[in-house]
Amino acid sequence: MAVDGYGAATAVPGPASLQGQAGSSPELVQLLTPEGERVTHPDYPLELTAEEVKALYRDLVLVRRIDTESIALQRQGELGIWASLLGQEAAQVGSGRALGPHDMAFPTYREHGVAWCRGLDPVKLLELFRGVSHGGWDPAEHGFHLYTIVIGAQTLHATGYAMGIQRDGAVGEDGQAVIVYFGDGATSQGDVNEAFIWASVFNAPVVFFCQNNQWAISEPLERQSRIPLYQRARGFGFPGIRVDGNDVFACLAVTRKAMQAARDGQGPTFIEAFTYRMGAHTTTDDPTRYRLASELEAWKLKDPLERVKAYLVRTGAADQAFFEGVDEEATVLGKRVRTACQTMPDPQPLAIFDNVYAEPNALLEAERAQFAAYLDSFASEEVAQ
Amino acid sequence: MTTLTLSKALNEGLRKALEDNPKVIIMGEDVGKLGGVFRVTDGLQKDFGEDRVIDTPLAESGIVGTAIGLALRGYRPVCEIQFDGFVFPAFDQIVSQLAKLRLRSLGHITMPVVIRIPFGGGIGAVEHHSESPEALFAHTGGLRVVACSSPGDAYTMIQQSVRSPDPVIFFEPKRRYWDKAEVDLSAALDEATPLTAARTVAQGTDLTVLAYGPMVRTCVEAAVAAGEEGRSLEVIDLRSLSPLDMDTVLASVRRTGRCVIVHEAAVSGGLGAEIAARITQDCFYHLEAPVLRVGGFSTPYPPSRLEEHFLPDLDRVLDAVDRALAY
Repeated sequence: MAVDGYGAATAVPGPASLQGQAGSSPELVQLLTPEGERVTHPDYPLELTAEEVKALYRDLVLVRRIDTESIALQRQGELGIWASLLGQEAAQVGSGRALGPHDMAFPTYREHGVAWCRGLDPVKLLELFRGVSHGGWDPAEHGFHLYTIVIGAQTLHATGYAMGIQRDGAVGEDGQAVIVYFGDGATSQGDVNEAFIWASVFNAPVVFFCQNNQWAISEPLERQSRIPLYQRARGFGFPGIRVDGNDVFACLAVTRKAMQAARDGQGPTFIEAFTYRMGAHTTTDDPTRYRLASELEAWKLKDPLERVKAYLVRTGAADQAFFEGVDEEATVLGKRVRTACQTMPDPQPLAIFDNVYAEPNALLEAERAQFAAYLDSFASEEVAQ
Repeated sequence: MTTLTLSKALNEGLRKALEDNPKVIIMGEDVGKLGGVFRVTDGLQKDFGEDRVIDTPLAESGIVGTAIGLALRGYRPVCEIQFDGFVFPAFDQIVSQLAKLRLRSLGHITMPVVIRIPFGGGIGAVEHHSESPEALFAHTGGLRVVACSSPGDAYTMIQQSVRSPDPVIFFEPKRRYWDKAEVDLSAALDEATPLTAARTVAQGTDLTVLAYGPMVRTCVEAAVAAGEEGRSLEVIDLRSLSPLDMDTVLASVRRTGRCVIVHEAAVSGGLGAEIAARITQDCFYHLEAPVLRVGGFSTPYPPSRLEEHFLPDLDRVLDAVDRALAY
């Protein structure tokens, strides 16, 4: 069996292969080993100052804290559901920090780390998972589209947006590009395959960033593909690359290069960030029903935060005071998120009718008026009593 | 005034929209060089270029999904779905994405996307080329649904739809594409009948007939035939299927006391059911007879050798009129 968990293209790998040593595969771009050792790759040179590495580490820690706090809030009934990013912090922070201010990102519902990199207040994310709104932020303000829950649908939106960039003449020098996130399960969706075709034939400036976290709820990767996902890109006519998704350096370097190629007019790239969903699919899921604890244990050794911490310690770039400072910042952030969630008001009932149409709609207005009168009738009864 | 077919009137309307706003884009299968299988986009790619009149890959979800992305970037895409029965691969993008993005964004996003769908039967086609899926879209909050019935309306309504900040599902009566009428190409859009308004196309006093798309002509012919028998039918072209112009409908039914609703789509769960319920609720004491519906059977669309039995025609409309007047 190949060390990356895949045999020849004709072989169907078994579930155990997912524990394969992804890091040692020649096909996989890695710049920081799980032990925190810096390695190089001829195609992806990356120069980072100590401050830049520390900033990435801070992102990773804060993003994980948002996640941890949100899981707790769901357990306490403050959120209806939460989709944890645990284990995927490096893929999201690395790719998110590769984006420029004029680039546009299209997320799934798990891209809390990318949201963080785009400057979106995590409290906005909680509105969705609490049920206060379906999202509600302004995508243009942050270069970060709304969460899309239907699997893979956003890949077409991203591709169309990239076609708009082309029509605006915003490819080339000072060009703009789009990144779209999706998972391994989404690669089976028709929309995703259509997006590949569209992006390819129109040479659209879009990067397809697939976080292969090995599981689509309970279904392993083997149920989605007989070949490594990144190899699919070749069939569509654009490059595919597999990167260690738990290596924030490699995710940053690979995404930077792909985004620059897109901005320059070289068209799409498929990036497969090889990672692992350490938690449940969402807070309503129970992964013990379908996967082995040993698999989780193997991936814990590849934790995306620990390797950066080890690197910072090893190189002497950060001292204990730095780590304590980041932890303290995370604690403050967690508290702020918690308080904001607990004090988040429900919308008014008549808000149901808001923002359905841009133009006045007579039937909706009539329903709104009827419902308002109905609600008022209770108020009058209370007064009468 | 110029004599145009309905297809050509749409073509002229789209041309005007492309001229008026550089952000307008046309996309679909075979809309470029070929000019569309019904020639609605004939000559537009030649005049406006391949970046604005886009021959897309053959994937309907891709057409609508990328149109959404273009709209997010500030464009106003007009998508052509080649035939009614081919819209379903795009159903998720229309119903779950296009219709909902404004609400999802709390109003930050507008979705000025038009989806043109040739609909209805009567052309002797194979399966999936004769369907009337309008109720599926009218049932979806966030979409506007309209149907044109004449060259004049085709010309103005397509331009109004392109101007709409909300997504519009634009149904074109494919068997009327070659109907001709006088069209005023210089008419000011602002003075045209609003896109939300129904239009009374024949005035009468005994009974109100409601129709849209291909059935409008059938119902006008039925009104003429009924007139020869001394029965005065009022025919209203609904034009807007979501929202419905109930004010116009109710005002007519309050005068006539009787109503027949005609569409090609199956009557079960169709727009006729919705309209009948609203009429019953809002002018119950004006009704002299139950509201009757004439439409397709609750079956899949039949093979074309049977379609004349499936589709409402002049006789079936008059049969319903007779039944309503018998009360």
